[in-house]
Amino acid sequence: MKIGELIDKLDLEVKTDAGGLEREVDNCYVSDLLSNVMGQASPGAVWITMQGHQNVAAVASLLSLGAVIVGGGAAIEEETLKKARENDITILASAAPVFEIAGRLYAEGLRGAARNA
Amino acid sequence: MCEPFMDLSFDLTAGDFERAGEASGKIKKTLQQIGVSADIVRRVAIGTYEGEMNVIIHSHGGTAKAHIYPEYTVVVLEDTGPGIADIELAVQEGYSTAPDYVRDLGFGAGMGLPNMKSCSDCFEIVSKAGEGTKITMRFAHKKA
Repeated sequence: MKIGELIDKLDLEVKTDAGGLEREVDNCYVSDLLSNVMGQASPGAVWITMQGHQNVAAVASLLSLGAVIVGGGAAIEEETLKKARENDITILASAAPVFEIAGRLYAEGLRGAARNA
Repeated sequence: MCEPFMDLSFDLTAGDFERAGEASGKIKKTLQQIGVSADIVRRVAIGTYEGEMNVIIHSHGGTAKAHIYPEYTVVVLEDTGPGIADIELAVQEGYSTAPDYVRDLGFGAGMGLPNMKSCSDCFEIVSKAGEGTKITMRFAHKKA
């Protein structure tokens, strides 16, 4: 699924688009533990989290993730967005609880692709 | 053994969460530029980032160094203390001494050292309480 379609379907707010709305994403990972994301998320994944601090952008960039959805209406720091822009990371926001977001992505056909490092 | 053809070195400041990930990001970019495969670059990035976070969270400060050879990369993280009293305990998954404010950021789940160990081909940790910690990770550029 293209990130642009995902935004339309889930009514997500685009915080940084990194010119990546045409990018394809094919798997998803949900976690608020950054080391868990580091060890398990796959490249190109959509990462759903309630963390909004700047290390989120660093992790997404290092893992070459497809997009980050900050759910549950969690606050996103300005520094996070700045880092995301610098590193071409797409950050999307939603007021919906992360369970809802994950469930809707699953219904759209996205699956997990957890891996062991 | 041949000399590394590229050495990168970064200073890490205790508590500097703002710059966390810069060293790993630059090492990642360098390896990408010289054509190391995406999967290996990813493993180096994960290991280095975890090491960087450890120095920033737990130590008085230190350095991250990458020595890039044609066939492999060696990443060394060294800090000036306070050192680890019980290494066996520290490398156990789930064990962490991180303070609450660090846990609130999603770190300190006791996964850092296990992540570093599992994504490197060779992992060594040397530490002495009251002195410092040195972690060395080796990543082959091709899977054996």
